[in-house]
Parts: sequence; C-alpha cells; structure tokens
Amino acid sequence: MRRLLVGIPYLWLLVLFLVPFGIVAKISLSDVAIAIPPYTPTLDLSGGWSAIRAYFAELDFENFAFLASDDLYWKAYLSSLKIAAISTFLTLLVGFPMAYAMARAPAAWRPALLMLVILPFWTSFLIRVYAWIGILSTEGFLNQFLLWIGVINEPLTILNTNLAVYIGIVYTYLPFMILPIYSTLEKMDGSLLEAAEDLGCSRAQAFWLITVPLARPGIIAGSFLVFIPTLGEFVIPSLLGGSGTLMIGKVLWEEFFNNRDWPVASAVAIILLLILIIPIVLFQKNQQRQAEAEK
Amino acid sequence: MNRLSTFNIVSLTLGFAFLYIPMLILVIYSFNESKLVTVWAGFSTKWYGELLQNEAMIDAAWVTVKVAFLSSSLATILGTMAAYVMVRRGRFFGRTLFSGMIYAPLVMPEVITGLSLLLLFIAIGLDRGVLTIVLAHTTFAMCYVSVVVSSRLISFDDSLEEAALDLGATQWEAFRLVTLPIIAPAVISGWLLAFTLSLDDLVIASFTSGPSATTLPIKIFSSVRLGVSPEINALSTIIIAIVTVGVLTASIISKRQITRRLQEEAAA
Amino acid sequence: MASSGQAEVFAPWEDPNEVPLIKIAGVTKRFGDFTAIDNVSIDIYRQEFFALLGPSGCGKTTLMRMLAGFETPSEGLISIDGQDMGAVPPNQRAVNMMFQSYALFPHLSVWDNIAFGLRRDGLSKDKVAARVEEMLKLVQLGQFARRKPHQISGGQRQRVALARSLAKAPKLLLLDEPLGALDKKLRQETQFELMDIQEKTGTTFVIVTHDQEEAMTVASRVAVMDHGQLIQVATPEVIYEQPNSVYVADFIGDVNLIEGAVGAIGDGAELLWAEGRAALMGQPGADLSKGSKATFAIRPEKIAISAEEPMDRRNRVQGKILDIGYLGNLSTYHVELPEGPVVKCEVGNRSRIERRDFTWEDEVWLSWSDTAGLVLPG
Repeated sequence: MRRLLVGIPYLWLLVLFLVPFGIVAKISLSDVAIAIPPYTPTLDLSGGWSAIRAYFAELDFENFAFLASDDLYWKAYLSSLKIAAISTFLTLLVGFPMAYAMARAPAAWRPALLMLVILPFWTSFLIRVYAWIGILSTEGFLNQFLLWIGVINEPLTILNTNLAVYIGIVYTYLPFMILPIYSTLEKMDGSLLEAAEDLGCSRAQAFWLITVPLARPGIIAGSFLVFIPTLGEFVIPSLLGGSGTLMIGKVLWEEFFNNRDWPVASAVAIILLLILIIPIVLFQKNQQRQAEAEK
Repeated sequence: MNRLSTFNIVSLTLGFAFLYIPMLILVIYSFNESKLVTVWAGFSTKWYGELLQNEAMIDAAWVTVKVAFLSSSLATILGTMAAYVMVRRGRFFGRTLFSGMIYAPLVMPEVITGLSLLLLFIAIGLDRGVLTIVLAHTTFAMCYVSVVVSSRLISFDDSLEEAALDLGATQWEAFRLVTLPIIAPAVISGWLLAFTLSLDDLVIASFTSGPSATTLPIKIFSSVRLGVSPEINALSTIIIAIVTVGVLTASIISKRQITRRLQEEAAA
Repeated sequence: MASSGQAEVFAPWEDPNEVPLIKIAGVTKRFGDFTAIDNVSIDIYRQEFFALLGPSGCGKTTLMRMLAGFETPSEGLISIDGQDMGAVPPNQRAVNMMFQSYALFPHLSVWDNIAFGLRRDGLSKDKVAARVEEMLKLVQLGQFARRKPHQISGGQRQRVALARSLAKAPKLLLLDEPLGALDKKLRQETQFELMDIQEKTGTTFVIVTHDQEEAMTVASRVAVMDHGQLIQVATPEVIYEQPNSVYVADFIGDVNLIEGAVGAIGDGAELLWAEGRAALMGQPGADLSKGSKATFAIRPEKIAISAEEPMDRRNRVQGKILDIGYLGNLSTYHVELPEGPVVKCEVGNRSRIERRDFTWEDEVWLSWSDTAGLVLPG
C-alpha cells in the first residue's frame, strides 16, 4: 500500500520526466541524419558490449561547438535575456501601483479586485495574446484611435516588433506580478506608515523607507515568476514579434519543426536549461527566506 | 486608509482597463457583420453560425475537452498521491529526486517539456495522438495539482488521522474517511487547474500530437498566424464566457460557504 | 487528609497483591541522538486517574504516544492487561486517546464523530446508535448531536472529544492536555466533570499536563517528569508535602529555597545556611549525608510573620519587608534577610477590615515549626 503510494507517481515522473531529459541530452550529442528518427547513432543493444562502446564513441559535443560558433544562437540567448529582463521590469512598473492600490482599497472591495486580477489568468493564454493582434496591427484599434485624436498622422508599426512582444508579455504575465506583491502589501500593518510619519517622515519617504522594503520579497518573487517563463516563451514572440524578434523558445521550435535538426534543437534546449538554473535557484532561495521569515 | 487616493484610483482604473479592454474588443467584434475585423458594420451573429458549421473546429474542440478531462483526472490522482507522499511520509529512498521532479516541470519552459516528451514517444515507438497528449498533459499538470494539494495538507492537523487510527480505522479508512473529505476542496481546485492548463496548452500539445489528433489551441494558432479572423473572435468569446461563468460561480459558492461557516462559528 | 488503613481508600499501588493494568518497564525512546524518554518504569492500576506532569519537552507526550501506539519504545517493554504492546498498531489497541487539539473530524457531525470508532468495529446500526446516545447523555450534548464541530463552543467540543474517545469503552483512556484550550473558569468546572465521568465509567485515565494545579486536582497519583526522566511518582498530597527533590518542590506550587549544607541528622535534619546563624530544622526529604550540599524548602503559607521574636520556635529569622502583595484572600510578604535571600510568606486575610500590621521597610520575624520545612539534597 505504502509502496504503491510512493511508487506510482515516482515511476510516472521517472519515465515521463527524467528519462525524456536523458534522451534530450543524448540526442544533443548525436549527429543529424536523413533518416527516421533524423539523428545518428541510434543504440542497437543486439550488438552487445562492443556496439554500446561504439555508440558512446560516436557521441560528441559538435552541436554545442556549432551553437557557440554560430552567432545566431548567441544573439538569441542574449536577446531572450534582454527581452525577459525588460518586460519583467515593465510588468513591475504596471503591476506595483495596481497591487499597492488593491492593498490600500477598502477591505470589502479586495476580494472583488483580486477576482478581477485572477480571472484573465483562467482565460486562454492564446486568446489573450491573439486579442492584441487586432489592436496593434497597422489598421488596428490603437492606430485608429491615435489617428482619430490626432496624435499621429500616419499609422505606427507596432505589431511584429519587440515593442509588441513587451506589451504581450506585460499583459499576459501581469497577474503573476500583482499577486505576490499584493500579498506582502496586504499583510503590512497600516500603523507602520503612521509611525513613520509620526517620527518625521514625509509620505514619499515613508513609502520608500517602509512600504518598498516590506514589499521586497513580493517584488522579487513576482519578478522571477515573470522572468523565468518569459525566457523560454514561444507563443508571444511568434504571434506578436517580427522576424527580428529573436527568442530562444522560437529558435528551438524552428530548429525542430522547420529545419528538422533534432540534435541542434536538443542542444539549444540543454543550454536554455543551464541558463534557467541560476534564476530558479535564486527564486527558491527567496521563497525559503520568506517562508522562514513568516515562521 | 479607507478612501483611496486619486493616484490609487487612477492606477486601478488604467490597470483594469489594460487587462479587460483587449478582451472586450474581441467580444464586441465577434458580433461584427463585416469580415474586416477592425471596421464595425453592424450587429450579427453569423460568425457563431459559421463556427458551428466548421467541423474541423468542432472536432478539435471535442479532442481538447476529452484530453483535458482524461489528463486532469489522472493528474489529480497522481498529484494527490505525490502531495500525500511528500507531506506525510517522512523519508524514503530518493526523496530529493522525487521532490525535484515534482517542482521542476513548474518552471520548465514548455518547449523543453514538449521536445523531451516527443523524443521519448519516438524512442519507444508510441504513435502520436490523443494518448500521447494525455500522457504529456498529465505529467506537467500533476505537478500543479501536487503543489495545490500539498499546500492544503501542510496546514492539515496530523492528529486528525491519528485520531482515526486510534479509533480503530485502518490507514486506508483514515485517508478515505477523514483526510480526503477534508482536503477535497483543494483536490477539486487542483483538478480545475489541471483541466484549464490542458485546455489552454499549445506548445506541449504541438510537440506531442499527431495528425490524428489536433487540439483547439493548435487549430487556433495555425489560423491566427494568418491574422485576425471574426470566426476566431467568436470562438474566443465563447471560451471567455465559459471561463467567466465558471470562475464566478465557483468563487461565489466558496464565498457563500465561508460566510456561512463564519456566521455559524460566531453563533456557536 | 487520607487516613491510611481504611478499606475504602483507593490506593491499589500500596497493595502488593494488586496486578497493574499498565506496566511500563525500563522504557527508553530515542529520536536520533535525542533521548526523549530515559529508562522510565511506571505501574498504573485499574481505575486510576494518573497524571504525567512536567514542562514542555520533558517527554510526557512521547510516553503517552507510546501507550497509544504512535511511537514504539527504543528499549523496554510496555504491556497493557498483561499483553505485550510491542507489535500492536494503534488501531488494534483497546486504548483511546483524547487529543490536545481534540482532532474532531470537521466534516462529520457530533453524532458521526462519536460513532466513528464504533463503526470501525463493525457494530450493528442499532448498537452504534444506542451507544452514541448513551455517550451524548453522559456528556450532556444530546441537543447538539446534528451539529458540526465548528458550530459548537470550545467547551462543547472538548466534551465531544471525550465522548468519542470513551465510546469504545477502552481499557485505558489517554488525555493529552485535555483542558489546555479552555479558559480558566471553564477549565476548573471541567476538571470536576472529568473526575465525575472517570468515576462513573470506571475507566483508567492517564492525563498529560503541564499545569500542576490541574494534575493535583484530578489525579490519584502524579508522575513528575523532567528531561525524559521520572523524578517522583506519588499522590498529590505527597508530591506537595514531601517532594523528593528540589525540582519537584519548585515545580509544584510556591516554595522558598535556602541553600546550605547538611548539619546534624537526628529527629529531623539540620541545614547550616549562614555563618553564625542557628541551623534550620526540617524533615529530611530524601537520603542525606552530613556535610553534603542541601537545600531547605519551605512553603510560604507555612511561615508566620511577627513583630516580636518568637522565642518558642527554633526556626526563626529576622529581615526587612521588601514588598507586600495584597491578593484579596491573602497577603504576600517578601522579606529580605541580612544574608541575602528573600523569603516569601503568605498570610490569610481573615478579618475584613485589615489592620495594617506591617509596612515596607519594617523589621519583622519569620518563623515556622520544625516539621514544616524539608531538607532536600542538592
């Protein structure tokens, strides 16, 4: 009974999570071939020990060397990091005032405001990204509106640029930023600000010296919750971004589906994972610290 | 404190306008007569009619719901087991690996999860179709379920299960009669989350589906790549409506229960 | 209070022919490097109300959990009614437990909570119903049977927990801090109710508590524990009047402790406590050897306070009043002796219009009889 309880989910994850990574790692060391599956070598256990040795001898780091030499990949990694960092910052700029206002709102409103933030999260991600195509396109609603009020004379090109990608990311990941910040601000005791003002702070000083430091764990958590998934994002750059938008998730997809170069796609995946480890570890540490502080 | 400053009101108004106007436009223009999606030409429901005639779309919707139902149910069982094991069973062989495997898929980019599962299915010679999507969705959704359920289990009073054992229940009876009914709300929300994640997933489904099984997000994605279409607007409106009604109902029910409970506690 | 020798006095532990219901023999429990229970042996008899008393972390809860079967001893044996409990899981023991948190199943009604254990035994519907009704009557909760635990008050929940654990008529009922969650007034009422129910059902109770007053009130015998060890097992009177160690004397009630060395041992024992001062006379609390380190223990209410030197008493000391506390029913005086120690003494306020005999800074005499204090080793 007990063994089954541990064993079934364990085995499931081993077979469907860990083993596939082994396969990705292995294929990243293989060579591309025109075959099914399109890589070589493939392991043939019937060949016995010598076949296994020959098999391992054929694995090499060629694909990684290729990634290092072709600056497309370098640029894609760097540009992903840049896009993720900028859009995380923009999400913080939009999300913090909202979280702050929600935490300051009368207690009776808060559940409804929270509901309004969470509701889009349950709605299809794809549809929310799609909604922006109609808004940002050259003849879209935003341009129509701007032309109508006379700010611009001819339509702006926003769709298929990085700007559209930033907007898409801020829009879809906003709840991930608001919720952790709101939960730290909501716990904050209002008398702290009164105490700060009583001790001679101005409103603005009290905000910088009390509110922001207390909200820091939430800000950090929210930033990672936006940054980490954005790094490997595929849907937003491929729908809203243009040919100039380089993001590693998109590159991986294209290597795999368009170029059918499985070994290189696998190598791209391995490096993306290695890049992700740092923010994930930092995020974990932040969460632990927060959990300990709450004890 | 009780009155919001102008700045706060402005940031809430602009923020929610930003969150809701795009969806609102989508909904409004799904009733547009014209095929041109940015020019209003009068009210019409014809795109809904066309949508219902689009058999490929209906088929994809059916496949999606089937996959979501199967994978979220499986994920709920496996995820609950995993949460129970993590929270309740002290040490066992490979515990660290196990917890790593539960939390990793939460932060794993979908392209990697999708790629790795596809490579597995090819390596073991499994034909891609409904089964492979269900397996893939179950794997990542069970991790979400386990996080939701274990957060409930952590605050669960251990002595409740001990009390059941003390009164003569077997381990299984203690779980079935005491633990499960108490954590049921978390299990249900875990299921709902898994169901939504599966309905919504494009990337993993694209990797693991085959020609025999196309899900709705795959269908939407391929048509959206060509630009905005009123038919997709109509479909989006239907999805938004279903989600809104579902989430609002669920939250009203749970809020009513909490209020009633608080009242009863106050009266006790 | 107990005049020994009378037949009706309940004291099975004094009867060599009585067989104990529970035998805890040389039990040790270790968690990793930490020894929670260190070689403890206790016999508990049928129908006893036995209290395990000690500060938190002393091992009392671990000992109780071993009786329930949630922990197994690292060494030693536990037997209940002659049966070795070593391999018996909790759900097959004729032992039930009332949890500190009550552990009432929140999704089940009061009725179903009480019926839970009976149903596990596969009793027929009628029998379950009859027994549940009986238990509801015992704890006077008949009209609340259909309510859920969150719909009743804290005191009522406590009674449901008691009814549920008694429903299966266990040989032994364990109570883990049963009154800890109640407020003071309710706690005192409930103590007597608990004693009443214990008497009515004739069940053996073992209670774990850190509240010495509670242990003294309800228990037939009290076991004082500290750091996993058993310090003293005795009736409440003996624990209070004849503690065997400074630890027990200090833990139970208020006590003045004066350190010194053992002097002459005769009818009583002498404690030499200050150069040039007469030795204090008391009863030896345990084995003493002359010259060894010892502590004189005297309860505040056994000390008399007077303005003149009480020449008829050997134990008399002079000091200055440092503090006076008026508690309504009695007054407490803190008297500082020239040698340093501060002695506390309590005087009952018998007359309503109090004539203030003493005030701050007054020089007063404290005195007590030769048998009032104890000389304890250490």
